Amino acid sequence: MIDALVVFLDATARTATPLALAALGEMVVERSGVINIGLEGTILAGALASVVVAGALGVGAGFAGAMWRAFVTASILALFVVTLRADQIVTGTAVTLLSLGVTGLLYRGMFGSAGVALTVPTAGRAAIPVLSSLPLVGRPLFAQPVTTYAVYALVPLLALWMYRTHTGLALRAVGENADAATAAGISPGRVRWAAVLFGGALGGLSGGALAIAQVGTFAEGMSAGRGFIAIAIVALGRWSPVGVALAAIVFGAASALQFVAQSLGWALPYHVFLAFPYVLTLLALAGAAGRIVPPAGLGRR
Amino acid sequence: MRSGALVRAGTAEGRGARILLASLLLAGSAVVIVSALSAIGGHDPVRVLGALWSGSLGSRYAFFSATLVRATPLILTGLAVALAFTAGVMNIGAEGQLLAGAAAATALGLATRAASAWLTIPLALTAGAIAGAAWASVPGWLRRQFGVLEVISTIMMNFVALYLVGYLVRGPLQEPLGIYPQSSSLPEGVRLPLLGGTRLHIGFLLALACAVGAWWALRATAAGFRVRVIGANPEAARSAGLIDVRRTTFRTFLLSGALAGLAGAVEVTGVTYSLYENLSPGYGYTAIAVALIGALHPLLTAVSGIFFGALEAGAAAIQRDAGVPSVLATVVEAALILLLLAAVAIRARWRRHYRIVVSGLFGRPASGGDKP
Repeated sequence: MIDALVVFLDATARTATPLALAALGEMVVERSGVINIGLEGTILAGALASVVVAGALGVGAGFAGAMWRAFVTASILALFVVTLRADQIVTGTAVTLLSLGVTGLLYRGMFGSAGVALTVPTAGRAAIPVLSSLPLVGRPLFAQPVTTYAVYALVPLLALWMYRTHTGLALRAVGENADAATAAGISPGRVRWAAVLFGGALGGLSGGALAIAQVGTFAEGMSAGRGFIAIAIVALGRWSPVGVALAAIVFGAASALQFVAQSLGWALPYHVFLAFPYVLTLLALAGAAGRIVPPAGLGRR
Repeated sequence: MRSGALVRAGTAEGRGARILLASLLLAGSAVVIVSALSAIGGHDPVRVLGALWSGSLGSRYAFFSATLVRATPLILTGLAVALAFTAGVMNIGAEGQLLAGAAAATALGLATRAASAWLTIPLALTAGAIAGAAWASVPGWLRRQFGVLEVISTIMMNFVALYLVGYLVRGPLQEPLGIYPQSSSLPEGVRLPLLGGTRLHIGFLLALACAVGAWWALRATAAGFRVRVIGANPEAARSAGLIDVRRTTFRTFLLSGALAGLAGAVEVTGVTYSLYENLSPGYGYTAIAVALIGALHPLLTAVSGIFFGALEAGAAAIQRDAGVPSVLATVVEAALILLLLAAVAIRARWRRHYRIVVSGLFGRPASGGDKP
């Protein structure tokens, strides 16, 4: 039972990491008044780039490559949504489609039409001395790949930045009332560009975490809706860093259920567990209704 | 009266020319994008374009048995998206609604072995449409009741549908031998009749009929008017008090889902004859491009569906003949949507600029003639 619990907590932390990274980035983007429906595509682009770069230059470079590649994808979105003021949802959907197609083309172009299963160097567990030997939570929390620690660092840093600095205030001002922000001498366009690029970088890192820290390979469409789940997580976490991180853990736990179900002998079809995170997203969004107040300018052109 | 008719005729003529120009630009852009991608990927663009042509429009067989067969679900799902977007409902869930429709039509088709085709085919198609509507009713209800953003909820429902089909074809609907993750083949009585020696089934005609029906309904009925009004300006519709926005939105969800579900039922009874997980190569997502390129107009959406049907049929041919992965089609679709968005945005910007120049020159605010 304890063993199953440790496995469950460990799987929770592992699956929550890419979700948390993507959602924290998306939170910043949405705080600027832009909703990045293309996040799914950003994650996918980051995942492929991380695998390719890690294969050539090692794991660290893989994460950097993922973030750089996601910058490109996010730039397309920013160009259309911020500069050209195109419809955010249609643009985001197109960016996701584009990324799905481009990663498919590149992957098959590089590794053959059958898509040879890749073996790439992966980010192993980096155990923190002492902490990782704590009973029960030691291994799940403190013997994870570096990307999980990146989440630990990002949550307080983002909170400090958003609520305690001038640029953080500028971000929130643009998201709540772009006209007022303009009157105060802030350029909404510039703030939004920066926010979308930052969110893109984290989305790419999320893809990297998924490919080279969690799964260990690339598969077409491997993001499997995580970008959209991350957008739901941002709403559930009420656009605050701590809330978003907690919501990501809930979703990590929902995905991790499938890993313990068998050891506990639950006789439910496998597909029920696969579908569970998506059903949970629907339930959670419904349950949180009315108590959610998005940034006032969200989605406005 | 007379001048009004003249103006209308004038715009209709201008519209025809614009549509022709837009179609040429569209096809031209597709050719340029395909050539550029082939060249980047180290393939011979001429050979790739040749395969694209011969696989889509190059022969009678290619046109009827590949392009139009592919176009059928694209027209239906494209109409589903066009209708939803017209009402301001961002239904990205046509894929899941299609799968739900396919599953329901298969279940019903397999259950009614003995009955006459005149009964079973309409029943199976109706079951598909109802299942699609039911699938769409979940995000519709979530939006109506809790204000849940349908972009997220419809996509979540897509994944749930995928896993539901995955479960069905390994459980209740699996073929009797229990080896393959797919259903048994549908009996002859539930298969759509084919048209004159081709692989094209009457589902294509049904799709065209749906396009004409949707066009007429949006143009000429009170319900269609309500759909257009809540899409154009929900605040005005609400404050005018004549339109129940929530109800109209919910009904649009249902109808949109029914069209996508019908697409699934038609695909199962007309093309695949059995249910399996990879039944749809992303028709529900391509549908977004179909609807947008069709300017959300039902008749243009049907034309756009045929265009994208040709693109997808051609993409299958270039994978076969020129060794270029068929996901190329997805890249072209996305690029076309982005091109369209850029064109619309730049035109709007140019107009705004033009209007400022005009009002500056004549010293009065220009008004009218420009939609926001």
